[in-house]
Parts: sequence; C-alpha cells; structure tokens
Amino acid sequence: MTDMPISTAPARSLYAQDARTKKRNRAESRFRTYGMAAVATGIIALIVLLTSILGNGLSAFRQTYVSFPVELTAERLDPDGNRNPEEMAAVTTFGYLPILAESFAAHLEAEGIETEMGIREIAAMLSEEAPAQVRAMVLANPELVGTTIDAQILVGGRIDGYFKGRVTLDSAERDRNVTPEQLMLAQELADRGMMETRFNWEFITWPDASGSRPEAAGLGVAIIGSLYMMIVVLVLALPVGVAASIYLEEFAPKNRLTDLIEVNISNLAAVPSIVFGILGLAVFINFMNFNQSSPLVGGLVLTLMTLPTIIIATRASLRAVPPSIRQAALGLGASKMQSIFHHVLPLAMPGILTGTIIGLAQALGETAPLLLIGMVAFVREYPDFLSTHSNTFPLMGDGATALPVQVYSWTQRSDPAFVERASGAIIVLLVFLLMMNLIAIVLRRRFERRW
Amino acid sequence: MLWILLTLLFLGTLGYVLGRQRALASAGGDRRVLHSLPNYYGLNVTLLTLVPALLVLGLWLIIQPIAVERSVAAQIPAGYMESVENPTLLMTEVRRLAGGIDDAIDRGFLSPEEAANLASDTDIRAQLAGAGVALGSDVSEEVLVAAQSFRALNATGSTMMLIVVFLLAFAGLAYAYARTHKDLRARNRVEYAVLAILMGASTLAILTTVGIVLSMLWDTRNFFQLYPWQDFFFGLEWRPSFEGDSDLGLIPLLWGTLYISFIALLVAVPIGLFAAIYMAEYASRRVRSVAKPLIEVLAGIPTIVYGLFALITVGPLLRDYFAQPLGLGDSSSSVMTAGIVMGIMLIPFVSSLSDDIINSVPQSLRDGSYGLGATQSETVKQVILPAALPGIVGAVLLAASRAIGETMIVVLGAGAAARLDLNPFEAMTTVTVKIVGQLTGDTDFSSPEALVAFALGLTLFVITLGLNIFALYIVRKYREQYE
Amino acid sequence: MEGSNMNDMSQFDQGVAVDTIKMQSRGVNVFYGDTHAIKDVDVDIADKTVTAFIGPSGCGKSTFLRVLNRMNDTIDICRVTGKTTLEGEDIYDPKVDPVQLRAKVGMVFQKPNPFPKSIFDNVAYGPRIHGLSQNKSDLEDIVEKSLRRAALWDEVKDRLQAPGTGLSGGQQQRLCIARAVATSPEVLLMDEPCSALDPIATAQVEELIDELRTQYSVVIVTHSMQQAARVSQKTAFFHLGNLVEFDETDTIFTNPSDPRTESYITGRIG
Repeated sequence: MTDMPISTAPARSLYAQDARTKKRNRAESRFRTYGMAAVATGIIALIVLLTSILGNGLSAFRQTYVSFPVELTAERLDPDGNRNPEEMAAVTTFGYLPILAESFAAHLEAEGIETEMGIREIAAMLSEEAPAQVRAMVLANPELVGTTIDAQILVGGRIDGYFKGRVTLDSAERDRNVTPEQLMLAQELADRGMMETRFNWEFITWPDASGSRPEAAGLGVAIIGSLYMMIVVLVLALPVGVAASIYLEEFAPKNRLTDLIEVNISNLAAVPSIVFGILGLAVFINFMNFNQSSPLVGGLVLTLMTLPTIIIATRASLRAVPPSIRQAALGLGASKMQSIFHHVLPLAMPGILTGTIIGLAQALGETAPLLLIGMVAFVREYPDFLSTHSNTFPLMGDGATALPVQVYSWTQRSDPAFVERASGAIIVLLVFLLMMNLIAIVLRRRFERRW
Repeated sequence: MLWILLTLLFLGTLGYVLGRQRALASAGGDRRVLHSLPNYYGLNVTLLTLVPALLVLGLWLIIQPIAVERSVAAQIPAGYMESVENPTLLMTEVRRLAGGIDDAIDRGFLSPEEAANLASDTDIRAQLAGAGVALGSDVSEEVLVAAQSFRALNATGSTMMLIVVFLLAFAGLAYAYARTHKDLRARNRVEYAVLAILMGASTLAILTTVGIVLSMLWDTRNFFQLYPWQDFFFGLEWRPSFEGDSDLGLIPLLWGTLYISFIALLVAVPIGLFAAIYMAEYASRRVRSVAKPLIEVLAGIPTIVYGLFALITVGPLLRDYFAQPLGLGDSSSSVMTAGIVMGIMLIPFVSSLSDDIINSVPQSLRDGSYGLGATQSETVKQVILPAALPGIVGAVLLAASRAIGETMIVVLGAGAAARLDLNPFEAMTTVTVKIVGQLTGDTDFSSPEALVAFALGLTLFVITLGLNIFALYIVRKYREQYE
Repeated sequence: MEGSNMNDMSQFDQGVAVDTIKMQSRGVNVFYGDTHAIKDVDVDIADKTVTAFIGPSGCGKSTFLRVLNRMNDTIDICRVTGKTTLEGEDIYDPKVDPVQLRAKVGMVFQKPNPFPKSIFDNVAYGPRIHGLSQNKSDLEDIVEKSLRRAALWDEVKDRLQAPGTGLSGGQQQRLCIARAVATSPEVLLMDEPCSALDPIATAQVEELIDELRTQYSVVIVTHSMQQAARVSQKTAFFHLGNLVEFDETDTIFTNPSDPRTESYITGRIG
C-alpha cells in the first residue's frame, strides 16, 4: 500500500491563503457580522421597548398618600343626627371638602409645620378624589361620624409626581396646577414620615378617573371588561373553531366549496383588525342595535378575529394525530364520528388548547376594532354584565372598556401623569399575556407527544 | 333570559333521560337488541328538543329589535321627525328613555302602572334622575309616546317569543319521544345532526367575509350617493368639516399609508432577512434556541404597546436628535416615528417566515455549493436566496399588507394631519387613522364625513386582500416546488 | 463482454501501478456525537485512478468520502481525528481553508442537485467564485470545455440559458459533473452518482468517469459491485465503519483475502 511515492510540492499550497481567498473570507465574516447585527438589533429593540415601558410605567404601581387625623364633624355630615345612610347621602363630596381641608390645616399646625399658604392652597395638595374617598368610607360605616379617624388621604397628581421625579421645583414655577411652596411642604411632610409613597393596589382595582385626577385612575373596570370579553371569545370561538376544524380536516369532501372555505380562512387571518371593527360597527351596532361599548359586541368581534387562528392551530394538531389511531378505532367497529370524538380529539386537545390560548392572547391585546365599536367611552361604573333590561338584548351587559383601549384613552389625555398610567396599564397587560403564553408553553411541554 | 336557557337545558336533559328509558323499555331492558347505544336515543331526543327552539330563539333575538325599531320609527309623526335637527339621534333618545323607565321599574321607583301613566307635562327627566337614571335632554310628547310604544311592542314580542320557543321545545320533545323505538337508527341520526352542526361552523368563515364585504359595500354605496367617487379616489385634499362641504380625497391618506409602510419595510426587510439568514445558516443551536424566541416575542406584543413606545420614546427621540437639529420639523409624531416602530414590529414577521422558507431550501443545494468550494455567504447569496426568492417575496408582501392595515402605531405615532409631503419627519396620516377618527365619538351615520370611513375601509380591505391572495399564492407555489 | 472489459482494465492497471499517491489517510476516526462512524481507517488514493468505496449501507463509505474534502465540517456534531493529506499537506491543518481545499477536491452528489439557475450559470458558478477566468470569453471557454468533458455539450449547447433544473435526470447529473470539473479540481469525489439514474444514464456517466480518470484522481462511492468492477482500478471494502480490505479491484473481486469481503461480494451480507 505504501509502495507508491507520495506526490509532493503542490502547485498551490493549501497552507497559504491566496489573495482572493483572503478577500472572500473577509466578505464572509462581513456577511456574518451583518447577520449577527440584525439579530442583535431585534433583541436590542425588544429590550429598549420593554425598558421604556417599564421605566415609564412601574411608578404607576406606587402612589403618594398623606396621613392625618380627619375629624368627621357630625353637624356637617349628618345634620339630622340619626345616622341614616340614605339621608347622609344628601351631603355631596363638596360637603366633605372643607372637612378635609380644615383637618389637614389643623394637623399641620399641631405638628408645628409653618407655611405661608392659605387653607385653599394647602387643600389643593390633596387629590380631588379625596373627598369622595372619605365620603364612601363614611357612608359605608355611619358610626364614624362624630369621631376622628386616622386616614390615609390620596394627594394630587403633581405632588405625587414630585416624589416620582416627574415634577421638580423648576417645573412647578411654570405650572399653574402646583406651586414650589406646595412641593416644599410636601417634602417636609415626607421627611417627617407623614407623607409616603407606597404600593398602589388601587391602580388595579379602582375604575378610571377624570382627566384632572390621574392619581385616582385605575384599571378595575378595564380588567373586568377584558375578562368578560375573553370569556365570550373562549365560549364562542373554541367550540365553533374546533367544530369547523373537525369538519374541514376529517369530513369535508375535496370540492370547490371546501377550497373556498380554506382560502377564506387563511385570508381572514390576514385581514387588518380594524376591518373587523367596521364589521362589528355596521352589523352589531348599526344593524342589530346592540349597545355601543358593550363587551358582548367586543367579544363577538374578537371571536370572529380569533377564529382563523384557532382553526389553523386545531387543524394542525388534528393532522398530527397519526391515521393509525383512526384506523384502529374504525377497525373495532366505531363509526367515523366516534373515532374522532373518542380518540382523535382527546389526543389533539393539548395542541388545540395551546392554539386557543395564543388566539386569546392576540384578542386580549387588540385595540383598533374596539375603538370603532365605542369601547373607548369613559366608564366609571363597574359593569353589571348580566343586566337584563327588557328592552335591550339579554346578556348584553353595560358598557365597559378593555385594557388596551384604556391605554389608548389615557394617551389621549393632556396631563403627563397619564403617560405613567398608560405604561402601567401596559405592564398589567403584558403580565396577563406572559401568563397566558407560559400556560401555553407548559401545556405544549407537558403533553407534547412524538409519534 | 338566563332562566329561559336554563329551562330549555332542563327540557333537553329531561328528553335525554326519557328517550333513553323508552328505548331500553322498547327493547325489554336488553341493550343488545337496540340498534344504537342507549345514549344515542337520549341525545336524539335532546337534539330535537333544543336545536329548533334555540335556532328560533336566536333569530328572534336578532330580528325583534330591528322590527320594533322600524315600527316605532314609522309611528313617529313625520312632521315631528322633520322638526328635530338629527333624526338618527331621535331613535337613540327613544331607546334611552324606554330603558330609563324600565330601569326605574327595576329599581322600584316606579310601579308598572305609574310608568304607563307617565305624562310629558311632568318633568320626567327629574323623576327618572331621582331613580338614578340620567337622560341627556328633556322629554318631548312624541318621544314619550314612541318610548311607551317601544316598551309595549318589546313586551309583547318577548311574551310571544317565550310561547313560540317553548311550544317548539315541547313539540320536538314529544315528537322525538314518540318516535323512539329500539329499531330507530338513533346513532346515524345523531351523527347526521352533529355533522350538520360541524358543517355550519365551518361556513362561518365565509359568512364573516360576506358580512365584511356587504356591510362596507352598503355604506360605501350610501357614501358615493352623497359624495362623488371621482373626488374621493382622486382628490388631493382631506379636509372634513362637520358643517358640510368637506374635501374627502383619498390620495393624501394613501400617500401617508404607503410612505409609512415603505419605511417600515425598509427597516424590517433587511433586519428580518439577515436575522433569518443568521438563524438558519450560521447560529449554533444554543444561540438559536435563545435568540429565536426572543425575536418572536416582538410578534406577541400588542400593537398598542408599540404605539405607546412610538408616542413616548421614539417620537421625542427622533424629534430632539434628528428632526430639530436638521431643521426638518419639530413634530414628534412623524412618518419616521411610525415607520421605524412599525418596522420593529414587522421584524419577527419577516424573519420567521423567511426562516421557514430558507430552511425549506433542500440541503442538497447547499452541499452542492460547498462541494464546489463556495463560502457560506456565497452559498447564501448565490444559491439559497435565489432559490428562496419567491417565498421571501411572498413574506415581504404579507408584511406589507400588515403594515398597510396597522392601526394603533399610526394612530399614536404618525399624527392626524393629511399631507402630501416628502419630508419623513413631518406628521402625516393614514387610511386607518382616518377610519378611527371618523368613526369614534358621536357620529351621525348619514353624513358623508362618517360614511367615508366605510369607503376607506373597503379600499383598505381590497388592497390588503389583493396583497394577501397574491402572497399566499406565491408562497404556496414555492412550497410545491420543493415538496 | 464484461469480462474482456475487466481484462483491459487490469492491463491498464499494470501500467499505472507506479503512479503517485494523491491523497493519503492514516488513522482516521469519525464521530457523530457519540456514534463512532469510522474506525481507524488508512487509505491511499492514487493519482489518475478510479478508486471505488463499496460496502453495505451504513458502513461509513459516504462518511469517509466526505472526510476527503471536509464536507463533514458543515455538520455540527461531527468530529474527525487522524491525518489526511493532499499532496503531502494535512487538510485538517488549522491553516487550511476548507474553501481552497474543496476547489481542489470537487464533489458530485448522490442526487443530481443543479442550482435553480441557467445551465451556463450552473457551470460558471465555481469558476466565478474562485476567480478562474479573466474575462467573459475566458469563462465561456471554461464552460464549454467542462460541458464537453462531461459529454453534455452537444445536448445543451443551444440552450445554455435554460434552467438547469429542466434537464433530465442523467443530464442533470452530468451537469453536476461539469460543474465540478469547471473548477479544475485535482481529485473528484462522487457519492453514488448513479443511484438516482436509469440504466442508460448510468452507462453514460460510467463512461464519463472512465474518461475523467485521464485527468483526475476519482473516488467513487457505490452500492453496486458491478459498477465498482466496471469503473474502478482500486476498491476499498467498508464494513461497520472499518476498512476491511483495500486492494486492486481485480483482487478484491476475484481473490479477496478477508472472509467478510467474500461474503459481501457473494451476496451473503449487505
């Protein structure tokens, strides 16, 4: 084997790279760098996006409160003196304002804090929502009247902004809603531990508030509205989607109608969402006279939007069940329907659920169609979804709003504090989406089957 | 409402139990003699009880409000109809008043008799306000009459609906029960019904499309009766005014849409494509398993988030560091802002589609190229990309259709001023922004300013549909080539 | 017919017995992850000779072929040890750029894999990336010469701009051979080049291989023992990753020294 001489001294040695190869290798590493840069750009964009939202929004979960004793004078709050909540309701929030203002001023004096501001200016530091807050407390518990309670009172958005770095002494000079003196007083109160910025559950539970009181605006109504719509979507889209997929995948004859349906579904998946909004407006509201901003209409529109996603996912997981399972069932004398409902469908279920959750997540973040069906309206009432007025569509529900729409309406308000609220709302939205996707991933991992 | 459904459900369950028992009884208790399993006899009865009743219930619920509305509207004296400023809002008022009265009864502020005797010369608005029902304006005699007749018609309608629905349910139950016998081919009948339901579900997709097209066609037709179509399609001015005499030209909106989409694609296509190439050809398994999901997260983020990102971060950044220093304007919402952010949104869209397509190029082509001594980048540029080109073009077209139909990013990032301009740092507006703009708030659906939104929607639908069909066709052709 | 053909070849073999060694492998091992695919293989590839690798499927013959031009580099989990030289230079030396190596050691694959380009561009692909032509007419010369060498010129000279994928299977494979020849390699590796072809196309390609031998050293992996007997002068028999026997083709087929070779040739294993 080794009796042959080895040919040596090649014309072009492999060990030396010629100029052209060097050039080509440079082009190669350049190209590779472009690729890496593209991937990096994508990831950096994601990071910047999330940081920007978190940076702007995390502070929405903290809110500034001031604690002082509030003297609930009986002659003002309950002139008749019989502690009947219905009569006491006649005293509006305007009746509570002076009580708060006086208690606050008196407390400052008692603490020995000197200020040149008048009582109006001191009271202006509190949130406009504060009197309503105290009033609700009193009406819920009439026995409080005549006593002095230690209350934590919401302060105004500008003072709150001062502790979050949004408002400074300089900016206060140019702002007619706040004065530097107020900020300095707030600082002193904070130094004495009477004013504190704490975790803000109310952001998640309270309803929206008007444009002048961002500090009291919460997501309660929006979360309930979104939840209700998700239930509608789940209840309608899952069975309909699964039924349609079973028909198309297992029963449909190969004909033009089936082709038409298939093309239709893939096209519907790519129709701009706003077009579904127009459909909802024209059909459900203008033609059928459903309530504007009803979450039922929202749910219906989102159902139509989500269906293609669910159908596509369901069909893929039905297809993944090997034919041998069907044949085994048919071979035992089961009907086709039985083989599908008893054997194929249970095996495809994890895939179907994963697809459904992803569809729901899409629907949860959808905004544009909801704007068109009027869900952008200002809603302060927690909706009563089973309200059954005999003259409206049953189960229709009162008007509500939804998380992403709430974000949109907050961006349309002039007070910069709403930027913080909108970003905070997005954090809540993203947390929901994250949870849904995690469930989908867990489902897929746990039930993933290899045939 | 809930109790109607519950009662029907109860009847259905009852039917199931009865049907099952009767079938077993007819077989003398020997289940082997039955044609089908006992459950199927039960289900057969249930289906016949529920399906017709529910169908009628559903139809009734949809038709009744429309019918009532029509007949009430016809009762309002024509003279009064003309005297009010806005006839479309009149019906809303009637509905609101009727709802208010019902509310008041629900809450016990009015007895049904009192409600029936409400007179317009008393202050109804104040009375209802006492019951916690707020009305927008004072109530006129005509509106009150209409509202009362609205309530009466609805009440009669609902009673009749109950009667019809329950009659149907009982009839179905009785018929199916009578027919139940051991030789009845119950399984076949049940399966036939289920198949019909499955088939019905699958046609919903077509119904949706038909609904979309019809609803927009109808109002677009109304629009073109009020506004000449030439001026809409070729008009260079967009200046709606609610006193009438608006300029509603499509061109500036279309220009803004296309300009923003173009910039978005300029961002998304190179980044997405290079990212896909890197993932498919270069990245090690470890890198891919981290980077691919991260980039795909971008696709799962709702567009409102991108919108806010454009509004509070990208817009001000571009304005402060580019537009103002370069003297190109000082608007934070601009074509650039919306375009760049939309481009980021589209990156995963382009990259994951291209990734799939690049991966479906057969390995043998790569081997052939490497075997000839080509470097990886030469292989990608000269063999893989040309082979994958049709698929990639399809992906880009799909991305373009996304960009054109995208709403929230442009609503928050592009601005509202319709403008035919080349400066990318100027605020411009798009078709979708104007659809939102013209249809939110209190709109009068008989004015061209509101109806134009439907014409815009139809235009948008046609453009995106065309792009989608074309793109899906290309992608499908491409897939066939390598299957 | 067959027999006389073989006799001719063996006479020819005598004439080139003193030829030089083009490539040499010593102690080559290949691992795919934990699988030991090639075990300690020594092979000498002679210049201007057709060397055939035969063996049952999964024996490692294709894997070993891919060692010779480092095609295994494109597979992440593949690891190669041992020494393989081309004209005395270690091709796995870190200084060696596989791109330059593959220009010298060309490859033709099992399935014809023309690029989705025109016939001309398919053949011109190698010369273009390696910069082998000064100008356009130079390139046209190379393409024509390569197509002639692959015995395809007469069939396609009128439609050089037609897509290469439109040719018949045998034509496609000859196009791939022309494509490989166009980079003027010194060694040509062929991985079962006829397995996807019909008998007529196979005969054409085999004839071509015999002609290529005058210029290149050819290594061919084949499933068919008849093919190995017809076209090769040297034959290596692989079994379960081992090189069982490597000798003159004549010897292997008439007088194998290893019982496993004999079993395979007589059809008892494989």
